[in-house]
Amino acid sequence: MSSQTLADPDHGPGTSPVDRFERHRAEQHRERQAKTALYGALFLAALAGSIYISHFYPTKLAAGAPKIGDYLYDILPVLSAEHLFAGTKTEGSLAYWYFNMPKYLQLLLETVNMALFSTVIGTVGGFLMCFAASRNLAPNGWLYFVFRRVMEFCRSVPEVIFAILFVWAVGIGPLAGILAISIHSAGALGKLFSEVNENVDHKPMEGIRAAGGTWFDEIRFGVVPQVLPNFTSYALLRFEINIRASSIIGFVGAGGIGQELYYVINFNFYEEVSALVLLIVATVTCVDLLSARVRHRFIGKEQLA
Amino acid sequence: MSSSVATMTAGEIAALQARFPEALSTDRRRLWIHRTVAAGVVAYLGFCVWVFDITFDRLFGGLGKMWIVVRSMLIWKDMATWDYLGIFQGLAETLGMAFLGTFVASLFAVVIGFAAARNVLPNRIVHHSIRRFLDLLRGVDTLIWALVFVRAVGLGPLAGVLSIMVSDTGTLSKLYSEAVENVDRKPIEGVRSTGAGNLKIYRFGYLPQVLPVFLSTSLYWFESNTRSATILGIVGAGGIGMQLSERMKVQYWDQSCFIIVLILLTVAIIDTGSKWIRMNLIGKREL
Repeated sequence: MSSQTLADPDHGPGTSPVDRFERHRAEQHRERQAKTALYGALFLAALAGSIYISHFYPTKLAAGAPKIGDYLYDILPVLSAEHLFAGTKTEGSLAYWYFNMPKYLQLLLETVNMALFSTVIGTVGGFLMCFAASRNLAPNGWLYFVFRRVMEFCRSVPEVIFAILFVWAVGIGPLAGILAISIHSAGALGKLFSEVNENVDHKPMEGIRAAGGTWFDEIRFGVVPQVLPNFTSYALLRFEINIRASSIIGFVGAGGIGQELYYVINFNFYEEVSALVLLIVATVTCVDLLSARVRHRFIGKEQLA
Repeated sequence: MSSSVATMTAGEIAALQARFPEALSTDRRRLWIHRTVAAGVVAYLGFCVWVFDITFDRLFGGLGKMWIVVRSMLIWKDMATWDYLGIFQGLAETLGMAFLGTFVASLFAVVIGFAAARNVLPNRIVHHSIRRFLDLLRGVDTLIWALVFVRAVGLGPLAGVLSIMVSDTGTLSKLYSEAVENVDRKPIEGVRSTGAGNLKIYRFGYLPQVLPVFLSTSLYWFESNTRSATILGIVGAGGIGMQLSERMKVQYWDQSCFIIVLILLTVAIIDTGSKWIRMNLIGKREL
């Protein structure tokens, strides 16, 4: 059928609507198949490349799997039912497992405190930067461009890299971590804040301008009251993220419970590894639940991505 | 401010305040609440400054040191002697780790995602235990997993792949199971009414609905994993982070800066590329 239809598209047996439909369908089908084949080939190439470069070979995996199992088994605490609530000296009790609890709690407090303090500083930084970085509020194009780029830089460089730099500059300890997390938060929050600003209602601002208000008056009385609930909920969301960040930033010496975790993992204090990891997970989960509750009071459930 | 206010007499203002107390008088209780909150915040900030020992000297002495670092970051010396092969191999490792980790995690997540969906396995105990297990995988940060896997399988990108794989299995399974729970029942009932077996119900009832969601979710997480894979090397799990932290340790700031710029570029390219794929292949979908 096809050769004749191609030779004479308007006459002959292949011109009925059904035939034309069939032809069109076959064409689309072929196009789709070609596309699928192309993307499939690209995908397979990427997969092969990744396997090659990361040594993800069955032999290596088979050799590694038992070691992973052993390690996970090693870090599990030895708990026995009869001694479960005995003192710190009895092997098999919870207290023996968490013998270092006072130290852990102190570090945990430091971690949460670091996260909260950096969130406050980051929120203030993001707040100061966001108005000039919103398309509709920026006083001029130059400021808009500069603030956008500064914020982009702050949030694109990972916290850990900032932390390494600050450890070098201000020494080992929580201050380096606070500075790193604050800068990253300021960049990330500034972007979210400026997106909120871009959806703001302009009528209050126009009213203030009509009454003779300056740019600062417009922002203070026209924009801030509208955006504050959203800002608050974004800051809380950032606090959840920062708790995670501050619990690992100690890996490079920037304070918090991560420093202790790095130490016990590297020195193979097996039971302490699981004790610390469980403690961190529990803290992160608690903070998530609490902050989600508070957030939903400031803003509807649906609006947060 | 405006002239109309200035021309009003004090008596007129008082009369207006008496007429509209809610609009024109200050609410003393609210004022006090605001003041207390503000005082609390200031007190907390002061406490933090004290507890973290943030002194003027430390901060600005540190900034002085930072200035030296920034300056030596911007002046690139002896560029011909840099180990470009190692740097670009590290970059390739990072991308490979993110890609493979996300891919394998997606495979696991398809199975676990269906198992964790309430409409597929209605057993409450099974549902809850799978969900809590996934929470645990997710709750432990990728960097902690990386540290654990470096201990178990040694330094190198394999530890990075495994850490991304494990933490993403937690995340993706949860997101996949939510997608499965949100399917439209009608096509499934339609397929079932034709007398199809269980396998066919999943293939023609569920899969066409959830596959686009699965794909775009995985692509989105590939994007985010590229970002986290850049730093996994700091604990020895391969990738560009390993190159970066080695150079930062020996204070090759110019090379470090080059690598940071490279990371930022790569992340930007991957972001744009994956956004394009998501838009074009799967259609616009809010995550």
